[in-house]
Amino acid sequence: MNELLAKYPTEIKAILAKYPPEFKRSSVMPLLHLAQGDPGYITPQAMQDIAEICGISITEVGSIVGFYTLYYDKPLGRYHIQVCTDMPCALRGADKFLKELCERLGVKVGEPTADGLFVIEEVMCLAACHRAPMFQVHGDGDLVYHEHQTVDTALAVLDALRQKAAVAEEGKA
Amino acid sequence: MSEYVLLRHRDIPDLDQLKVYLKNGGFDAWKKVVTSMEPMELIQLAKDSGLRGRGGAGFPTGMKWSFVPNNLWPHYVVANADESEPGTFKDREIMESNPFQFLEGLMIASYAVQAQNSYAYLRGEFWQIGLKLNQKIAELEEAGFLGDNLFDTKYSLRLHVHMGAGAYICGEETALLESIEGKLGQPRLRPPFPAVAGLYASPTVINNVETLTNLPPIVQNGATWFREHGTEKSPGVKVFSLSGCVNKPGNYELPLGTPFRKLIYELGGGIPEGRAIKAIMAAGASSALISATDAALDTPMDYESVANLGASLGSASVIVLDESVSMSWLAQKTTHFFKHESCGKCTPCREGTYWMAHILDRIEDGGASEKDVDLLFTVARQMQNKCLCALGEFSTMPVVSSLEKFRSDFLARVDGQTR
Repeated sequence: MNELLAKYPTEIKAILAKYPPEFKRSSVMPLLHLAQGDPGYITPQAMQDIAEICGISITEVGSIVGFYTLYYDKPLGRYHIQVCTDMPCALRGADKFLKELCERLGVKVGEPTADGLFVIEEVMCLAACHRAPMFQVHGDGDLVYHEHQTVDTALAVLDALRQKAAVAEEGKA
Repeated sequence: MSEYVLLRHRDIPDLDQLKVYLKNGGFDAWKKVVTSMEPMELIQLAKDSGLRGRGGAGFPTGMKWSFVPNNLWPHYVVANADESEPGTFKDREIMESNPFQFLEGLMIASYAVQAQNSYAYLRGEFWQIGLKLNQKIAELEEAGFLGDNLFDTKYSLRLHVHMGAGAYICGEETALLESIEGKLGQPRLRPPFPAVAGLYASPTVINNVETLTNLPPIVQNGATWFREHGTEKSPGVKVFSLSGCVNKPGNYELPLGTPFRKLIYELGGGIPEGRAIKAIMAAGASSALISATDAALDTPMDYESVANLGASLGSASVIVLDESVSMSWLAQKTTHFFKHESCGKCTPCREGTYWMAHILDRIEDGGASEKDVDLLFTVARQMQNKCLCALGEFSTMPVVSSLEKFRSDFLARVDGQTR
């Protein structure tokens, strides 16, 4: 039983239709994005399901997950707060921004917050050099940019996400 | 009406809405090519215009199209929307705010080589733009601009968005093709070139977003009009992404051949707090540093003139560096970027970026001697001309040029000296 196919039959059909039928392997990246949306990382079962759909081995799917930085194979924070500290952003204070954000949250880069909601990460150029400091939030199957940031505005973004997560949990309960 | 060619959304509100785009001449060029032009005419028009690829290499677009053989089918066109070079953020603005002109350009390029399925490869971080483009493509299908037998001709076309997932190397065109094929984004050995054996081993044209966005106005207004701006060898306008130590960073659409001084001082508002300018990187992190002399500041920003400075215009991502920036720090930053983004396929790049980063960390931490500075130069030079793609080469550009031009910045760190 392919769990992924059972969960997203329409979406998977649409993904497969984008590529020539004899090149199913092309669907591996969109399928990984789809599978990662919920629960926030790629489970071994999802890798197995994707391998089956694309007609490749689970090892090959695993290598794709390992190569591309936006795929995660472990649950590590519901929201990845990814701060660009590349040179143009650093010239606009991104290194200081990252350091102070971590201090205010009491975490280190790469360590999830105590509630498991956030993990602060340092990432490479996000094509927003003119609006630094900036970060992207990757989680819940979405990816959103936040530009022209200060530590205070960033903490406000995190607060809003915290509330959104709490509302979603209540909805489930 | 708008003075802009590419950033027309700055003058025309809601240009990302189909009805507004149509009201402003949208898809007239598309209808014109499909109903009244032979593919060869279109290729000749692109050649006559002198349009050169805006992704970095500056290769003539019409010539690129003409390499596609007519005895091998199907053909594909892929829009390179992987924009990931530190300092570059122009394609993002075009796709966010003027998406239909980009899509119309992709459609025109597809018609030129008679591709029936074309792809836009977006970096994964452009998730919101990907959602938006999918919606716009659906609207175009609905409106009859995409689909089967367009305008009652035999020509059919479909567009697809493929999202990357975080890998700078996928902006390299053969790595990009590998990525669409569901493989690791690692460059291919050339030849064969993508024009002959590209996506799914079929003839493929890969054009940058900005290049494609130039096509609708070229079709509408002609090659002579296009050549009214820019220089003889670098015609047209270009979106310059200005960042770094400058008061007004952002995208500026200017004729190719505009001097650095006008961009940095007149439009960009000069250097913060009246500091002195020290150097310029004209092609993002991949640049050789240009010492910001008066002569350099008066140099026209076109492919030939910037090459004469020993640098490259690339995608025209101009990073300004002022006197407060240590070039040893800068080299450390860019090297860590390339070390992270090296795909690992070629040993000189994989190992070389690692060792350059290692030595630069030692220099910046104050634990190095002058011998380490020389060693860094040696490692960088040994990497050059030895890799399948340009990434390894690019990584050495800021290192070698900063050592050649600003060696004292490195020496200021050796033997335990701190900042």
